Amino acid sequence: MKLGSALSDRAGRLLDFVWSGWAGLAALALLAAAWQAGHEAWGDFILPAPLATLDAALGLLADPGSLDLLLLTAERSLTGFAMATVAGIVLGLTAGYAPAVMRLARPLLTVVLGVPPIAWIVLTMMWFGTTSTTVAVTILIAATPMVFVAAAEGIATRDRELGQMAEAFGYRLPGRFLFVDLRQAARPIFPALALALGTGFKVAIMAEMLANAGGVGGALARARALLDVPQALAWVVLSVIALIVVEYGLVRPMESELERWRRAAQPWGVKR
Amino acid sequence: MNALTLERIGHAYFGQSVLDDIHLEVGQGEVVALVGPSGSGKSTLIQIAAGLVDAREGRIGRNFSRQAMIFQQPNLMPWATARENIGFPLRRAGVPRRDRAARIDEAAVLAELEEDDLGKYPVELSGGMRQRVAIARALAVRPDFVFFDEPFTALDVALKRRMQNLVIAAAREAHFAALFITHDLMEAIRIAHRIAVLDVRGRGIAGLRALDGGPGDRDEAEIFALRQRFLECDPLFRHIHDVDERKRR
Repeated sequence: MKLGSALSDRAGRLLDFVWSGWAGLAALALLAAAWQAGHEAWGDFILPAPLATLDAALGLLADPGSLDLLLLTAERSLTGFAMATVAGIVLGLTAGYAPAVMRLARPLLTVVLGVPPIAWIVLTMMWFGTTSTTVAVTILIAATPMVFVAAAEGIATRDRELGQMAEAFGYRLPGRFLFVDLRQAARPIFPALALALGTGFKVAIMAEMLANAGGVGGALARARALLDVPQALAWVVLSVIALIVVEYGLVRPMESELERWRRAAQPWGVKR
Repeated sequence: MNALTLERIGHAYFGQSVLDDIHLEVGQGEVVALVGPSGSGKSTLIQIAAGLVDAREGRIGRNFSRQAMIFQQPNLMPWATARENIGFPLRRAGVPRRDRAARIDEAAVLAELEEDDLGKYPVELSGGMRQRVAIARALAVRPDFVFFDEPFTALDVALKRRMQNLVIAAAREAHFAALFITHDLMEAIRIAHRIAVLDVRGRGIAGLRALDGGPGDRDEAEIFALRQRFLECDPLFRHIHDVDERKRR
């Protein structure tokens, strides 16, 4: 009986999640409408029709060569994203517990965030050459600060009384960290992860284009050289789709699993 | 052998002494209420006794195997259901996973929680229900000593009364000793075997009064009369309702 209710609960939440996709589709339809209007106003050369672009994108997907390019870019951005996630969370949690580290980190963050990603690409290109490392390291530098700030914030603003409660029941430092503090820090971390993931894809394509390191960025560079607007737009569409798949297939479900209780407090009809 | 012995306890925050030379003993199965005006250092004292704060001076003798604590705020984890909150201390208490559900149900019955409420998150429960969950969480570990840090201050009068009865019944059922911090003399008289009064400035225990009979044996008229007598005739309770915060120099 317990298993049955747990299963139905999970199925309900999954349906809820899928159902919330309608809102996303509506927003995409609006974007497509504006795009179509632009196409009709400026013509095929400046802005190809959305359907034609989608056709081109599907054509690219059917070609194993371009699928490889897409996977290469996805792999690079996910590598960078994973590195940034680990580095940001470890450093951020440390800074959250140690105010001295936080004070040292703040000015450094300002400096790191102040340097545009494109400048980092130039530097890493000279350090590592036109390889996947260049792309991953650039993402690491660009995305770590966001995760770091969120993790530090999560720990610094934790409810200390909960920690005291755990201590009163005999939990020592590792137990309190694992069961109480980490759980509270997760709340700001997940939106930051979604942001970092987006940054990962953007920076990856930018770095590939500049460093001529293949992938979607390389394909975009070629489309630019040939003034092939439909091709360029198709690549943009594909990379956005890849981002959406990873974000809504991985990051958001994990987040909503952790934030289940928050939805319990919301009245019917206004969820999400 | 006393369950809890506090000897010469002293504490200071930022060089300002808040507690000094506190002696207090709680016997096995005994409920001691500690009263004192706000700012007299009651909360600091119970945190020291429960091991949440290290005392600067003095010695603490703890002669019990399992402690639990109920706070002024329920301090429930918002991401966990009532059931998971009640079960939280069981992991640390070393209760095997397969026994936990039974222990949670047992504690829920003691705290008069219903099966329906156990699946809810704290945000879905009223203030009184949340405090019930906190009580159940404390009882789930089958403690032999419970620390109460002004647990019912935020509740309205009727609810407070029900919670007090619940604690009295649970104390009888589970035979735990307790240190109960409160600034409400009625509550202290209703719930305790003995009342200790903390000095206005935290300099020692000003005095102790043993009450006749066990908690729950006294009826409302008796409690009220006793309170009047304490407040009007007993110099020990003269400052109990002083509301001025501790003056810092």
